[in-house]
Amino acid sequence: MAILSKDESQAILKKVIGFSTADECQASLDGRTVGNVRYARNSVSTAGASDNVRLVVESRFGKRSGVATCNEFDDATLRRCVQRAEEIARLAPEDPEYMPLLGPQQYLTPVSYASSTAAITPDYRAQAAGDSIALCSAKGLTAAGYLEDGAYFQALRNNKGLEAYQQSTSIDFSVTVRTPDGTGSGYAVADYTDVSKFNAKALTQAAADKAAGSRNAKALEPGKYTVILEPAALVSDEGLLNNLMYNLGAREADEGRSFLSKKGGGNKLGEKLFDPRITIYSDPLNAQAPGGVFDGEGMPVKRINWVEKGVVKNMYYSRYWAQKTGKQATPFPGNFIMEGGTQSVQDLIKSTEKGILVTRLWYIRDVDPQTLLYTGLTRDGTFYIENGKIKFPIKNFRFNESPVIMLNNVEAIGKPVRLGGNLVPPLKIRDFTFTSLSDAV
Amino acid sequence: MNRRDFVGLTGLAAGAIWLPSVPALGGTLVDPARLLEPGLDPAVKKRLADAALNAAKSAGATYADVRIGRYLNQSVFTREKQVQNIASGESFGAGIRVIANGTWGFASTNQVTEAGMAKAAQLAVQIAKANAKVQKEPVKLAPQQGYGEVSWKTPIQVNAFEVPVKDKVDLLLAANAKALENGASFVNSALFQINEQKYFASTDGSYIDQDIHRIWPNFSVTAIDRASGKFRTREALSSPMGMGYEYLQPKAQDKIAGPAGTGLTGYKYSYDILEDAALAAKQAKEKLTAKSVVPGKYDLVLDPNHLGLTIHESIGHATELDRVLGYEANYAGTSFATLEWKAKNQPYGSKLVNIVADKTQPGSLGAVGFDDEGVKTGQWDIIKDGKLVDYQKIRDQAHIVGQNKSDGCCYSQSWQDVQFQRMANISLQPGKEKLSVDQMIAGVDKGIYIAGRGSFSIDQQRYNSQFGGTVFYSIEKGKIAGILEDVAYQTNTVEFWNSCAAICDQSDYRLFGSFFDGKGQPSQVSAVSHGSAHTRFNSVNVINTARKIG
Repeated sequence: MAILSKDESQAILKKVIGFSTADECQASLDGRTVGNVRYARNSVSTAGASDNVRLVVESRFGKRSGVATCNEFDDATLRRCVQRAEEIARLAPEDPEYMPLLGPQQYLTPVSYASSTAAITPDYRAQAAGDSIALCSAKGLTAAGYLEDGAYFQALRNNKGLEAYQQSTSIDFSVTVRTPDGTGSGYAVADYTDVSKFNAKALTQAAADKAAGSRNAKALEPGKYTVILEPAALVSDEGLLNNLMYNLGAREADEGRSFLSKKGGGNKLGEKLFDPRITIYSDPLNAQAPGGVFDGEGMPVKRINWVEKGVVKNMYYSRYWAQKTGKQATPFPGNFIMEGGTQSVQDLIKSTEKGILVTRLWYIRDVDPQTLLYTGLTRDGTFYIENGKIKFPIKNFRFNESPVIMLNNVEAIGKPVRLGGNLVPPLKIRDFTFTSLSDAV
Repeated sequence: MNRRDFVGLTGLAAGAIWLPSVPALGGTLVDPARLLEPGLDPAVKKRLADAALNAAKSAGATYADVRIGRYLNQSVFTREKQVQNIASGESFGAGIRVIANGTWGFASTNQVTEAGMAKAAQLAVQIAKANAKVQKEPVKLAPQQGYGEVSWKTPIQVNAFEVPVKDKVDLLLAANAKALENGASFVNSALFQINEQKYFASTDGSYIDQDIHRIWPNFSVTAIDRASGKFRTREALSSPMGMGYEYLQPKAQDKIAGPAGTGLTGYKYSYDILEDAALAAKQAKEKLTAKSVVPGKYDLVLDPNHLGLTIHESIGHATELDRVLGYEANYAGTSFATLEWKAKNQPYGSKLVNIVADKTQPGSLGAVGFDDEGVKTGQWDIIKDGKLVDYQKIRDQAHIVGQNKSDGCCYSQSWQDVQFQRMANISLQPGKEKLSVDQMIAGVDKGIYIAGRGSFSIDQQRYNSQFGGTVFYSIEKGKIAGILEDVAYQTNTVEFWNSCAAICDQSDYRLFGSFFDGKGQPSQVSAVSHGSAHTRFNSVNVINTARKIG
C-alpha cells in the first residue's frame, strides 16, 4: 500500500482535484516503506518497520491558502480533506509572497529507484547487523551500528495541468567500533540507492581497523595543520560541505545576512570565492548518487552548476524571490556533486610530508554566519602522517574553520565517493585550524 | 544533500529553525478547533489497552506496556509584518512494547481498536522473538509496582490551544514591530505549543492518564550595516517551558533585573516578548560596532538563560546511563563519566556545585507524574558537593549499577516510536549565601558577562566544549564596561566545573531549556529544562571568533 504506482496515485489525485471548488488546488501524495535495525554493545537493541502514505491538499482563494492532510483515501475522506483545506484557506490571511501554481512541466526520467532495495526484509537487516557484530566479537571489539532502508514515492497534481511522479530507494548504514578499554574508536558510513552494492562486513572491517589502530593516541599541539579530510569528515547532517550548500540562498544574500552578501548591497553571484579546482553541481541523473527530478512545488530539477572553477555560478532563488529580482528560479536540489580526481585516500596520504588524517567531524555548529565559521571536533580515527605514511594515532582536536577558507586552501582533491546521497572527494587542505585538544575517544 | 538531511538539520541548528520550510511539529494537519476536542474517555482507553496486554501475554510476552497517545501541536511563524506559516497537527495511535524470550520487541499502530491493538501486540512479540536470536543477555527490569487507575496533568492556567490563533499572530507581529521600531533590519518570530495526551498501561497493573503541556515563544532579530556589509543577530531571552499560555502574560514578580549597565531582564515564570524584542533590536545594532574581544583568560559571569545549555551538554548528557554504557556509541556518543571514572571519586566540580535531577519541578519541560514506562517521577542528586553520585536511569539499566529502582527517565516523542532513556531536568542548585548578580560582578576584575544561547558544540564524550552566547559584556574592575563581540569560550568539562567560584542565591534562580533535544537512531526529540542562578567561573579560556573571507 505504501508505494503507489504512477497510475494509482494519479487516480487518487485526479479525484481530489475534482472535488475542489477553490481558485487553485494542488495535491500531493507521498509514501514510504522503511525499516531499521540498531545495535550496540555487540547486541541488537531495537528494530522497527513502518509504512505510511499521506495526502496533502493545498487550496487557494486568491492569495489565501489552506493546507489539509489525510492518510485514508476513500471518497468521503478525500472530499472532507479538500473541504477542510478550503475552510482553512478562507480564514487565512493573504500571502504577500503569493505565487500562482505552476502549469504543466517537462521532467527528466528519474533513476533513483532500485527494486533490490525495496525488497529488503527484516531478516536481511538482522543478518547485516549479525555479520557486523560477529566480525567485531571475534576480534574482541565492540560494535554499535544502525541500518535503515526505505522505498519512497511522491506524486503531484494540480488544477493548472501539472502532473508529476517519482520513486526512490535508499539504504544507509553506519557503524562505530570501539576497543573494550575505550582507548580506540573507528567509524564507517555509506549509503546506496541499490542495496546490492552494500557490504556490512567490509564497512565494519574498515571501522574495526581504525578502532584497533587508534589505541593509545598521542597529543599534538593545537594549531594549523595540513589535513586529509575523508568524505565522512566533509558530509553529514551537519557537515561543512552540507552547510556551505545550505547557505547558497539568494534572498538571505540580497537581504544582507549571508556570507554571500556584498558590501553596499547585492550578492556575490559571479564572484570567484574558492580555489579554481573547486566545482560543485547538482545532477538528479547521476548514476552513483541520483536525486529527485522535481521539488515540492513541482519545479523541474535539472543539472545545475553552483560553483564552477571557484566561481559562484548559481544561488537558490525561490519563485517569489526570482520574480522580485528578475532572475530564474532555482529549485532546492536533491544532491550535490563535488568534482575530484582519481586519487584514493591512500594516495593522498602517500603524497603528504606532514599532516593529519581525519575520519569524521562531529557536533558541527555555526559560530559566525558572516564568515561561515564553524566549530566541531574530530572523532573515531585521527592519525598523524609523516613522509607519506600514517605514523601514529593522535588525540582528537576541536576545529574552528570556515568552508570558504578551507576551499581556498586546497592542496589536492581525491576521487569522489557517495555519501549522504551526494558525491564527495576526500580533500587535502593546508592550514586547517585546530584550536584545542579533546580527551574524547 | 537530500531532503531528509535538510529537515533533520532544521531540528538541530539554531539558525535553521527560522526556515519557513520547517514543517509542522508532526501529525496530520488539522483545523485549530480540533485541538480542543476531547480525546477518548479513560475507560475506553483502558479497554483498548487491556486488549493489547492480553494479546501480548497470550502470544508469550512476559511483560508488556501500551501507550495510547494523542499528540497535539501548533506552530506559528512570522517575519517582520507577515505571517509565514500556521500549522496545527494531531497524531493518534498506540505503541506496544513487550519482552518475549528475554528480548524487547516494539510495534505501533494507528488502528486504535481492540483488534488493531491485539494485532500490533502480536507483531511486537514476533519481533522480540526474532531479535532474541542475536541477544546475549536477557532484559532485566527493575521491579515496579502497579498504581491502578491514576492521572496527572501539567498545572497550566491557560490552555494555549484555547487562545485564538489571531491573538498569537498579533502578539508575534507586535513583537516584530517593537524590534523594527528599535532599529532591527529583520525579525523572525515563532510560537511552538505542544499537548501530549497519553495513556499508559502495563502488565504491572498501572493505568495512567496524563495531559502534558509545553510552550516556546522565540525570535531572532537581525541588524545590518549595509555600508560595511556587517550583520549581527540577537536571539530571544525566552525559555521553553512546561506551562500554558500564561507564560506569555508578563507579570512584574517574574522579572529579575539583569546586571546594571546591560538593560537585560531575566524572566522566571512569565515572559515579556515585547520588552525583550525592543531591547534585542537595540543590542543587535550595538553589536555591529562592538569591540572585538581580546582572546585570553577571563572570569565568566553566566546568565541562567545561557548556562542552561552548558549544564545540558556537559552534565545532562554526560550522566545519562545509556551513553555511559555505550548504547549511543554510534551516534550521540558515550561519556567520560564512566562507572570506573565515578569509582575514583574525583571532583566533577568545585564544592559549590550541586546538581539535582528532577522530573517533578513545576513549570519545567520534563515534569510529568509518571514516565513512559509507568514509573512515578521524583528527584535525586547527580552531583553532590562537587562529586558525581548518581546517573539517570530507566528500568532495564538500574541493575547494571547495582540499583533496583528506575529514576523515571523513559520517554518517547510519540506513540510510533519506542521509549528509551532521556534526560531529566538537570539543574544547578543556587548558592546558600545571599548574592545578587551585581554583587557577583563587583568582585570580578577582568571578566565577561554572557547572556542567552549561541553556538554550542561538545565532543562525543563530553570533555571539550565551545560555547557562545547571544550578547556579551566586558567586565572591568567590578563593573559592566560595554558590549563585546566575537566571544566564545573553550573548556574541558571537569576543569570548567571545578572553576565554579560563586553562585547567586535562590531569588536569582530560573529555568532555561531545550525544546528539541535530539538523540537515538532513528532520532527522537525530547524537551528538558535546566535551572540555575547567575554563576561565576574563574579563568576560562576565551577565543576570538572573527575571521576574514573573500
